[in-house]
Amino acid sequence: MTELKLPSIDYAAISPILIMLGTALLGVLVEALVPRRWRHVVQLTLALLAVLAALTMVVLSADERIITAGQALAIDGPTLFLQGAILVLAAMALLLIGDRSVERGGAFVAQAAVTAESADDRRQAEGRNGLTEVYPLTTFAIGGMLIFVAANDLLTMFIALEVFSLPLYLLCALARRRRLLSQEAAMKYFLLGAYASAFFLFGVALIYGFTSGIPGRSAGVDFATIHAAVGESPASPVLLFAGMALLAIGLLFKAAAAPFHVWTPDVYQGAPTPVTGFMAACTKVAAFGALLRVFQVAFADANWDFTPVLGAVAVLTMLVGAVLAVTQTDIKRLLAYSSIANAGYLLVGVLAPSRDGLAGTMFYLVAYGFSVLAAFAVVTLVRDDDGEATHLSRWAGLGRRSPFFAALFTFILLAFAGIPLTSGFTSKFAIFGPALEGGQAWLVIAGVLTSMILAFPYLRVVVMMWLSEPGESTPTVTVPGGLTSAALMIGVLATLVLGVAPAPLLDLAAGAAEFVR
Amino acid sequence: MEETVEYAQATGLLGGVWLLVAIPLVSAAILLLLGRRADRWGHWLGVAAIGAAFVLGLSFFFQLRGLENKSVELSLWDFIAVGDLRVDFGLLFDPLAAVFVLLITGVGFLIHLYAVEYMSHDAGRRRFFAYFNLFVAAMLLLVLGNNYVMLYFGWEGVGLASYLLISFWTERPSAATAGKKAFLMNRVGDAGLAIGIFIMFATLGTTQYDEVFNGVGALTGTTVLVLGLLLLLGAAGKSGQFPLQAWLPDAMEGPTPVSALIHAATMVTAGVYLIARSNPIFSANSTLQLVVVSVGALTLLIGCIIGAAKDDIKRVLAWSTVSQIGYMFLGVGLGGAAYALAIVHLLAHGFFKANMFLGAGSVMHGMKDQVDIRRFGGLSKYMKITWLTFMMGWLAIIGMFPFSGFFSKEPIIVAAFERDDWTAWLFGGAALLGAGLTAFYMTRLFVLTFHGPQRWTEDIEHPHESPKLMTIPLILLAVGSVGAGFLLATSVPDWLTETAGLGGEHAEHAAVLSHTVITILSLLVTVLGAGLAWFLFRAGTATAPQPAGVLVTAARRNLYTDTVNEAVFEKPGIFLTRALVYLDNRGIDGLVNGLAAAVGGGSGRLRRMQTGFVRSYATSILAGALLVMAAFLAVQAGWLA
Repeated sequence: MTELKLPSIDYAAISPILIMLGTALLGVLVEALVPRRWRHVVQLTLALLAVLAALTMVVLSADERIITAGQALAIDGPTLFLQGAILVLAAMALLLIGDRSVERGGAFVAQAAVTAESADDRRQAEGRNGLTEVYPLTTFAIGGMLIFVAANDLLTMFIALEVFSLPLYLLCALARRRRLLSQEAAMKYFLLGAYASAFFLFGVALIYGFTSGIPGRSAGVDFATIHAAVGESPASPVLLFAGMALLAIGLLFKAAAAPFHVWTPDVYQGAPTPVTGFMAACTKVAAFGALLRVFQVAFADANWDFTPVLGAVAVLTMLVGAVLAVTQTDIKRLLAYSSIANAGYLLVGVLAPSRDGLAGTMFYLVAYGFSVLAAFAVVTLVRDDDGEATHLSRWAGLGRRSPFFAALFTFILLAFAGIPLTSGFTSKFAIFGPALEGGQAWLVIAGVLTSMILAFPYLRVVVMMWLSEPGESTPTVTVPGGLTSAALMIGVLATLVLGVAPAPLLDLAAGAAEFVR
Repeated sequence: MEETVEYAQATGLLGGVWLLVAIPLVSAAILLLLGRRADRWGHWLGVAAIGAAFVLGLSFFFQLRGLENKSVELSLWDFIAVGDLRVDFGLLFDPLAAVFVLLITGVGFLIHLYAVEYMSHDAGRRRFFAYFNLFVAAMLLLVLGNNYVMLYFGWEGVGLASYLLISFWTERPSAATAGKKAFLMNRVGDAGLAIGIFIMFATLGTTQYDEVFNGVGALTGTTVLVLGLLLLLGAAGKSGQFPLQAWLPDAMEGPTPVSALIHAATMVTAGVYLIARSNPIFSANSTLQLVVVSVGALTLLIGCIIGAAKDDIKRVLAWSTVSQIGYMFLGVGLGGAAYALAIVHLLAHGFFKANMFLGAGSVMHGMKDQVDIRRFGGLSKYMKITWLTFMMGWLAIIGMFPFSGFFSKEPIIVAAFERDDWTAWLFGGAALLGAGLTAFYMTRLFVLTFHGPQRWTEDIEHPHESPKLMTIPLILLAVGSVGAGFLLATSVPDWLTETAGLGGEHAEHAAVLSHTVITILSLLVTVLGAGLAWFLFRAGTATAPQPAGVLVTAARRNLYTDTVNEAVFEKPGIFLTRALVYLDNRGIDGLVNGLAAAVGGGSGRLRRMQTGFVRSYATSILAGALLVMAAFLAVQAGWLA
């Protein structure tokens, strides 16, 4: 019997992951042991402290450039930058999730098992405190995302994918109001997510087959092996290309790129708004982190082969997101299509094969995350007796009723539209610049044209808010409590600061923009 | 003339030159930001800010005396640094700037004081003072900048303040229209100045005064000519010179202190400043100088002729401003020592014109805002101080010995006669004729207002003198009107000539007439003009317009310049606008709307694919997956790569 060789593990480098997963387990214990009325405070504090601790560990190991736990995890510049981004954005999302002043009892259902639309359901919607299981679920998801961006082999990546996806499916189903919509969204997300995971797994299998048979190397799905195999493998390249396509499909699904975006509007609309914000910001970071690593580390040498296909996907994604946003009548669906279009822009960054391109993409992820969380924070505030008023016609004249929040939302929409002095402009610039230098002018042209189309739906909302008379049904904006205010102000300020003085973060991203192999 | 221009760095007390701009600017910001909360004391803040700036300006002025090269430069920070373009946020304090600073803050302070009382019944007094201080700050920046971009910055700032103040009484349609007219005509000039600055950057790579002036020698004659003409266009726009003079008289729709400070004493002289400051450019090309002189001579005559036919007290004064600035252009265009003469005339004009405008305001104050001089008469008995101070201004502007206008205007006439060819007769004659006409129409104004029979409207029973806060500035300005001529006896003109290459080597030409003859002639035409007017109008005039000959009718209608503007610019402009709107509506909008409809329609159709059924979603994902797979394999087969 051969001796089992234990891989060496650098615990300090992977401590952010351990902290988040440990806290999630602790959260489960809290559910069991802490009295009900304390749970909310304890869970929220615990989650926030864990994020803070993990962030501290990320900052402390900022100069770490290693591959640890066998070949499973790479802790390098992009990993640390993206982990930091996920943690900061997750902290904001946790503030939104934890808010109980905007809606009595919070945005989550109190009893998930009660039949939707029944009398019991209406009673519980009236103000019983929401489930506190959302906190361990969220921390599990965050932990999964931290692994996902660090994963250095396809199996680890797959497991991380499931670790962060499963809690998200559950979280989507937990809306306090419009529960049928919420449950439907969760169901769709789960079914399609499982479907996409199958593609991913099949891809892993094909790639494994492709790596076998290289003299002097054992088969494997870690990125170093794949990278070596791209040039040397005696196996048929059909395996490589089919595998690459299937992997791409699995990841593009999470990134919400067309034509794998179909779940996005329904899920974004049905999920509780704080969870939607969490997905739009953090899942985006995680999915693109993985895409960057897979295509720029493992398949770097097949660059010429995947660029045309992924470029076509990028153009399609931008077009679909922009064109469909034009006719949306629900603010959450509008933001969903905007998020799809932004996935297209991010893909342009992924296809800019340079250090600047990588840095620009990472900068874009952070900038977009801040803005989109702020946008969803405003969505949670515009409400009437039935909860959030998400139909756009209800937002008419909001500028007269609540000029302050309408102004903040206008600012964020202008940022989405890429107006200068907002992070939307600097981040698009950070992506399109390197793409142009990398010879991908067609992608940049498509990006600029779709940005023009996309400006229309954004500005339509602005016009509605400011130039329409408030109608009978215009809801008021709830004055938010400390948590939502904090998240909103952080988002808006970051959008402004990254638009006016992007240099520090751009420098940070440029310094981190190198993968280890 | 190969002379390099260099400025020393500012040290010591002069390092605080930036305060001159900052103080009025901060007070304007305070007044605008505090809003109604500052209504009770805001005007005094405005007055105090200008007073402080004046005291500072005076102390800087005396500092300057001790310096060897009489100029200091202060670089504050990099204003613009893009590629090769580097623009300082820098200030230059030299005699030319110093003289302007003293004029702006000194006369400005008196007019501010006057305005406290004049505007006391106006609900918008605080807003008025905010704009007023904004103007002073911008004007000071204009004269203190050490490069053309700074100058342009201030130039646009004063344009903005002027626009805001002309249309200050927004409820009057005439004021709004006048503001718009001033704004548009100024834009024409501003565009010229802007393009001039672009040319400077394109050919010389800099906009700093010293570098531009040192580089002018290396430019071709044509470049200098074009550059100079563009600067002249800018100057003509701001200073109401031909062909951009039409806005200035309409600008009198603003409150009278505005007319006095902005549209008589300071802002409209910015054009003269620009040409005086850019004298190395203008001196480098004799054609350019000829154009400036022609513009000046033509405008001074136009102003006189129209001024003689107007009945609105402020408009007569406005046309006289146009005419007097024509004299200044004549002076700066002549070059050499006449630069300094023009600047001294500008200073003297600042005093006597502000004096007369405020006097006109005082008359209006006592006569229920009547502005028609046909409805005045005999006011000398009722408004003793206004009458006497206005008299000082009147004697000064017509150039009567020993008032300031005599000392400052007569040398310009002499200088015009000093040209070395037949143009001496042309420009000298024009200047002399202008002097006679000025005497005529200003005497007409003075006599009809203060002497002769009373022709008041029925509702006025007993006109009253204005309160002290208005008369004290009048008295001080009257003193200035009398005494400003003595500036020529001080070392100020020498300073102006010495520094910044003003003058340089100027070949003295013998005048075609002797100095004494010209002096006697100019006094003679002045007395003749004044005497004629006194004779004609001593018994008053009809209270309604009378039919008149061709020349008077033409003058009443601004010599048809408005008609020409209308025919040449307005009508074709309107036609062009309509054509563009038509093209925009039918062509461009059609295209844009078509595209928008296509996007919208496509969006609506695509939306239907979003059925909400998870089975159809899965199908579309599968289809997508097949496509992506096929594409990858196609790439692999080398079809695309």
